Amino acid sequence: MTIDTRTSLERRAALTADPVEQYARMVEIRDFEERVNGLFASGSIHGTTHLCLGQEALAVGLATVLRPTDVVTATYRGHGMALALGMNPRPVLAELMGRAEGCTGGVGGSMHLCDADVGLLPTFAIIGAGLPVAAGAALAFQNRGEDRVAVGVFGDGASNIGGFHEALNLAAVWKLPVVFLLDNNVYGEYSRINTTTPFEDLHIRATSYGMPGVQVDGMDIAAVTATLAEAVDRARSGEGPTLVEAKTYRFAGHSRADTAPYRPEGEFDAWKLRDPLLVTRQALEAAGTSSQQLDDVEARVKAEIGELVPLVEALPSPGVDAMFANVYAPVPVTA
Amino acid sequence: MAKMRMNQAIAAALADEMRADPSVMIMGEDIAVAQGPFKTSEGLLEEFGPLRVRDTPISEMGFTGAAVGASAMGLRPVVEIMFVEFLGVALDALVTEAAKFRYLSNGVFTCPMVVRASVGSGLGFGSQHSQTLENWVTATPGLKVVTPSDPQTAYGLMRAAIRDADPVIVLEPRALYSVRGEVVTGDDGIVEIGRARTVRQGSAATVVTMGQTTGLTLKAAESAGLDLDVIDLLTLVPWDVETVLASVRRTGRLVVVEEAPFSGGWGSEIVSTITTAAFDALSAAPFRITAPDVPVPYTKDLEARYLPGVDEISEQLTAYLKTGSVPQPWWVREGIVR
Repeated sequence: MTIDTRTSLERRAALTADPVEQYARMVEIRDFEERVNGLFASGSIHGTTHLCLGQEALAVGLATVLRPTDVVTATYRGHGMALALGMNPRPVLAELMGRAEGCTGGVGGSMHLCDADVGLLPTFAIIGAGLPVAAGAALAFQNRGEDRVAVGVFGDGASNIGGFHEALNLAAVWKLPVVFLLDNNVYGEYSRINTTTPFEDLHIRATSYGMPGVQVDGMDIAAVTATLAEAVDRARSGEGPTLVEAKTYRFAGHSRADTAPYRPEGEFDAWKLRDPLLVTRQALEAAGTSSQQLDDVEARVKAEIGELVPLVEALPSPGVDAMFANVYAPVPVTA
Repeated sequence: MAKMRMNQAIAAALADEMRADPSVMIMGEDIAVAQGPFKTSEGLLEEFGPLRVRDTPISEMGFTGAAVGASAMGLRPVVEIMFVEFLGVALDALVTEAAKFRYLSNGVFTCPMVVRASVGSGLGFGSQHSQTLENWVTATPGLKVVTPSDPQTAYGLMRAAIRDADPVIVLEPRALYSVRGEVVTGDDGIVEIGRARTVRQGSAATVVTMGQTTGLTLKAAESAGLDLDVIDLLTLVPWDVETVLASVRRTGRLVVVEEAPFSGGWGSEIVSTITTAAFDALSAAPFRITAPDVPVPYTKDLEARYLPGVDEISEQLTAYLKTGSVPQPWWVREGIVR
C-alpha cells in the first residue's frame, strides 16, 4: 500500500519551496485530473467536472507562499487548488464520487470542495462570487489585527462581472490584506477572451482601483512563487491589495465532455510547449536534479492516485440524513 | 408537426419569432458561436447574424440590464441565463427596473423582454446549479412567469412570451431539454400565457403540477391507476385560477406537486386561493407534495430523493384518496424531521 495518508496540514507543510516537492504536487494534480476525466467518461463521477489541466503551477505556487492560516476563495475549477493547498486526494475524490467520506459528505460534489484546516473556503460555483467574500475575510483579519491574508482566485471571464469590480474597489479603499489572483487561462466557458473582453492583458484593470497590477507567466512555478510572495507580503504588511494576473492556458475544455473544438488550430499545441510540468522538469534537471529522481517521483505519485480510485469507489454513499444536516446550526437538545 | 427535443423546440420557437419580427434578438453566454450550453439556439447565429444573436461576456447584470434598455427602445430581447442561480446578480434589472418601467412612465416605457433560465434538479450539478427559484420572481407585480413541461409547451410558451407586451420569465426544467415529443409549430403551436392545461381527466382529486412534476405525476397516476384531474399549470404568474377552481369544485380535493422546498413554495399560493374561493366544495384538506427544506444534494441517491419521485407521489396520492386525510411527507414518516 503506497497510498498517501497524510493530513492536509502535513501535506501542506511538506510543500516547502523545495522545487521537487512542488513538482510532485503538480504531477499529483495532473494525474488526479486525468483520472477524473476518465471516471466522468465511464460514469463513475456524475453531474459535472471542470478540470485544471495546464494550470497546476498556479495552484502549487500559491500554496507554497501562503500560510495555512491564510484563506483562499477558489472556483468550481478547484480540484487542483484543493490538492495544492494540502487536501488529501482521498476526501476530494470521495466528494467527486458522492461518497460519505467526501469533504462535504457527498452533498457538494466537484464544484464544492472545502477544508478549513488549510484555509480553503467552500469553492464557488457562481462566477466572481468569491471575490467580495475574499475581501470580507480580509476585513475580518484587519479588524482583529491579525497578520493573515485572503486570496481570491478567479478566471479571466470573472473580470467582466460586477463582483470583481466591487470587490477590488472595496479592498483598495479599505486597504484590505487581500490578493486577487486572476488565472487568465484564455477561455471563459466556450468563449475566447478576445470575444468577451476588449484586451487580453487584464492586470491593467488594477489601475482603475488604485492598486498594483502585475503579470506573471503562470506556467513557470518559480515566477509564480516569486510574484505571489511579493503580493502576499504586501498584503500581510498592511500595504493593501494587489491584482496578480497569471497567464495560463486551459488544456481541457470548459466542463464535462467539452473537447474545446472552438480553439484556433495550433493554439493548444503552442501552449503545450509551455506545459508547467515540462517547464518545471526542465528547470529542475538544469539545476542538477537527476532525470531518474524525477521519474521516481512521478511513478510514486501516480501509483498513489491509482490505488486510491478503487478504494474510494468501494466507499459507502451517504445516508439520507446527510441531506438534512448543516442546513442550520444544530438545535440544542433539551431535556 | 415534427418530433423534436425540448431544446430544439426552444430553438425553433426563437427562430420562428425572429423570422416574424425583426425586432427580436437574443443574447447570453455562449449562445451564438457555441449555439447554447444546452443547445437551445442551434442555427440561429447562422440565420440571423451577430447583431441579433449575441454572445455576451459573463456579466448577467450587464446584459439583463441591457435588455431592459433595449426593450424600452423597441427591441424584443430574449436573454438567456444559463442557470437560474446566475440571475442572482441580475435581479435588480428584472425585479426593480423591468417590472416597474410601465408603472413609472405612465405606460410610455415598457419592457417586452424575455428572460429564459434553466432550472431544476436531476443532473447532478450540486446545490448552486439545481434550484428552481421561481419564488425569486413570483412576488413582483409587473413580471410574468411561465414554465414548460415538454417540447410543445416549451415551443408555444416561448413564442407567446416573446409576443407579450411585458417582461416574461421562462423557467425551463433543464432535466427536460433532452426529452423528445411531437411539436406543432407555427401559430397553432402557440401556448397562451395564463392558461393551464388539463393533462389527465379524473374525478377523485385535482392535482396541480408544473415543469418536471407534470411528467412525474402523470406516471404516478398511470402506474397506480388513480382517478385524478391533473392540471399542468404552465403559467405561474398570472396563474389560471379559473381552470383549477372549476376542477376542485368537481373533485372536492386539491393537491399541488412541486419541485422546490416546502417553505415558501408556489403551491401555497394555489392552496390558499382555492381554499378561500371553494372552501364549501372541499371534502378534504388540500396539501402539497414538495422537496424537503434543504439545499439540493449532489450525490445521486440523495438528489433522487430530493425531487418528489413517481413512487413518493403515487404513495401520497393513493393514501390521500383512500383516507381523505393528509399523508405525511417521507422525511416525517421516516423520523428524520419532525
